[in-house]
Amino acid sequence: MKKVSLSRNLRAYSMVIVLVFIAVLFHFLTNGLIFTSMNLTNIILQNSYVVILILGMLPIILTGNIDLSVGSVLAFVGAIAAIMQVDYGCGVFVTLIVSLAVGVLIGAWQGFWITRFDIPAFIVTLSGELVFRGLTQVILDGASIGPFSSAFRAMASSFIPDLFGGSGLHITTMVLAVIACVAFVLTQLRGRRSKIANGVPVGSPTGMIVRCVLISLVILVLSYEMAAYQGYPTVLIIMVVLAFIYDFICSRTVFGRGLYAIGGNRKAAALSGVKDRLYLFMAFVNMGLMAAVAAIVYAARLNAATPKAGVNFELDAIAACFVGGASVTGGAGNIIGALVGCFVIGILNNGMSMMGISADWQQTVKGLVILAAVAFDLIPKRKKK
Amino acid sequence: MEENILEMRKITKEFPGVKALDQVSFQVRRGEIKGLVGENGAGKSTLMNVLSGIHPYGSYTGDIVVNGETCQFRGIEQSEKAGIAIIHQELALIPLLSIAENVFISNPQCRHGVIDWNLTRAKAIPLLARVGLKEDPDTPINQLGVGKQQLVEIAKALSKDCKLLILDEPTAALNEQDSRNLLDLLKTLQKDGITCIMISHKLNEICYVSNSITVLRDGRTVADYPDASKVTEDEIIRHMVGRELSNRYPRRENVQIGETFFEVKNWTVHHPEFPEKTVIHDVNLQLRKGEVVGLAGLMGAGRTEFSMSLFGKSYGCGITGEVYKGGKRIDTSTVPKAIDNGVAYLTEDRKTYGLVLMDSISQNISMSNLKRVSKRGVIDLDREIKETGENAKQFGVKCSSIFQSAGNLSGGNQQKTVLAKWMFNWPDVLILDEPTRGIDVGAKYDIYCIINQLAADGKCVLVISSELDELLGICDRIYIMNQGTIKGEKLRSEATQENIMKLLI
Repeated sequence: MKKVSLSRNLRAYSMVIVLVFIAVLFHFLTNGLIFTSMNLTNIILQNSYVVILILGMLPIILTGNIDLSVGSVLAFVGAIAAIMQVDYGCGVFVTLIVSLAVGVLIGAWQGFWITRFDIPAFIVTLSGELVFRGLTQVILDGASIGPFSSAFRAMASSFIPDLFGGSGLHITTMVLAVIACVAFVLTQLRGRRSKIANGVPVGSPTGMIVRCVLISLVILVLSYEMAAYQGYPTVLIIMVVLAFIYDFICSRTVFGRGLYAIGGNRKAAALSGVKDRLYLFMAFVNMGLMAAVAAIVYAARLNAATPKAGVNFELDAIAACFVGGASVTGGAGNIIGALVGCFVIGILNNGMSMMGISADWQQTVKGLVILAAVAFDLIPKRKKK
Repeated sequence: MEENILEMRKITKEFPGVKALDQVSFQVRRGEIKGLVGENGAGKSTLMNVLSGIHPYGSYTGDIVVNGETCQFRGIEQSEKAGIAIIHQELALIPLLSIAENVFISNPQCRHGVIDWNLTRAKAIPLLARVGLKEDPDTPINQLGVGKQQLVEIAKALSKDCKLLILDEPTAALNEQDSRNLLDLLKTLQKDGITCIMISHKLNEICYVSNSITVLRDGRTVADYPDASKVTEDEIIRHMVGRELSNRYPRRENVQIGETFFEVKNWTVHHPEFPEKTVIHDVNLQLRKGEVVGLAGLMGAGRTEFSMSLFGKSYGCGITGEVYKGGKRIDTSTVPKAIDNGVAYLTEDRKTYGLVLMDSISQNISMSNLKRVSKRGVIDLDREIKETGENAKQFGVKCSSIFQSAGNLSGGNQQKTVLAKWMFNWPDVLILDEPTRGIDVGAKYDIYCIINQLAADGKCVLVISSELDELLGICDRIYIMNQGTIKGEKLRSEATQENIMKLLI
């Protein structure tokens, strides 16, 4: 019995093991350069938009669908934001609201065709990919537009202010890190108590303690590294907050459960009263919203909107979800796994760049690693049969 | 020539944690029809999988002797070469390909490495004649009913020159007429010298067709009847379940039937693809509290179409009619509305429409009513586990834990999970579509007991079944449906096989 639960735990953590392995590997290959304070911050900034896109993509993949249009939608929303800011001099707030609204509308447009007429999402979003890339070229007239106002840029490039004004180490960051650790331990304890109160079986306390210590350690070490540079980037805070919200939505709400049920067996879900069309529609609206958020972060970081923005971003997001354990046919996967998958790919990209490997080879290696990671996850499951 | 075409000696097969077969010995005489019976999980399918090489040589212990030669099958191709063909419960046909293409799918008729379609067709025609299928060999499979598809499977087996034909639950999805045709075909093939092993839960069919019968229980051979004519169904059941089952149906005791509670008036439904075609004509039906009502009908009579159209318009178009509950008109036009109004519909196909197989038992049970364990859209996971666990226990779902995925359960336990799922929603009206299809005698009895309990709790229960015997055994009143209309209504006291059959046809 104990053996079973151990192997199940191992499987749940298998991608974390891959992440740790890749991190350690590059630590040696780059002589420790990859985990310097500055580069760590860089890795987070470089992957911020993929993380945000995952929060839209995973719910869709859970339902057994796919969205191929997000890269183009990102470019389109970025272009609209740039035109508003640069050509019309709109304020940051108005630009944000309009950009997010455009994202939601695009999501609703695609969701409408998918849920109202049962056109496969693959087709609808393939069309979307072409349409919105084309529209981006049209409204940008083939050229880049920039720069954005400094307030707009701050969203992607600023760091949280140090309230304590310490020189050297960023104190606010360390305070937040400690708060995060305490919060993690407390939720673990509360969850355990609630499980015991409801007569739900719980694992050994040692397991929980080990988990708390490890996670706290990781949070503290990473935060210390960032505190030694400029503290937490604002984007990191946005990412973490959003990731928590979406993990909660997927794992703890009726809507989230509905997404899993639709992916697992849509007919059975519908006949059990799950509002399949509504939920699917909402998943696509959410994808539009997340594409818009990612567009803002991306445009602000680049300080320009370009016609080629976001090319292949949908593939990065999709790859992260599958590397993170999501099922291609739907019904299985989770946000945390997808984020781990995202950083597996992210560290790989960054590490290879630091080693000076050419972009062509990087792409080849990345492709093979994606295959290897998913095989590593799936082959043991297959043997069990 | 050996007398036994097949002899399996002391076969033992272990899966991680379970001994599926324990020293099973099994003989089949040349030219006979062998009935292989046992409850779900008794090891019948495992035994046949060992025989056909799906569980390859080396993964089990014991000997397989075919025609006097010891065989070591490492895959289906090898067992097929030895003349053994297996037809699984889930048919292995490709829906969009034609009959002829399907028949020769694994041994294409080639000339110089290129498929010769004329030869394929020419060879298919006599095979189809042999199994009595009067269809053009170019007809796509998806235009055939399940009964005819079953015949195509047999033709496919014959095309490989099979000597020993294994059928796993061949009649599970067939109506009485098609079942009878199939059984008679087996007898005809027997005269041509084909030996047959038939696995089935339907004991009347086993007794009708078999020359000899073997009963398995918990991976062991518990009874072997070389002469099937000398055994009664009751005796077989006793061996199957390992205890005395004095009655196949639990007694309906202290039946207290209340006033009419659920009523359907003038229900008419049109075909979803051909709206000019009426599928259900003007059906009227009343259910009383505490009453178990049956809906009898042949395959295609419109029973499932009727109940699915009633349940959230899940079937058909141009639906007209009224539904009343407790004297008040209720809206069942979408599934959520029907559920909110206390109606539950248990589908006839639990794997396709009833369960999310990859999800846990717990998640399946809570699916129909997540509101019960959530606040403002947020699920209380611990409460969900606690309350679904209680439901699973109440309905006797046998599982290692409620986190087990529903796909790993046996048919009977899956059906109990579906019942537990609907009861999680506290419905007033339950429509049970073929609630005992494909499950074993013991589990059937459990389901009947649950149905009685639901009625005793004051629910309205409508049971749809293709087995008349079952309806006569458990219902207080039976409606008879034929071609989309209610042809009659019989009280338990006046209902007989004969007078219902007359209305059915």
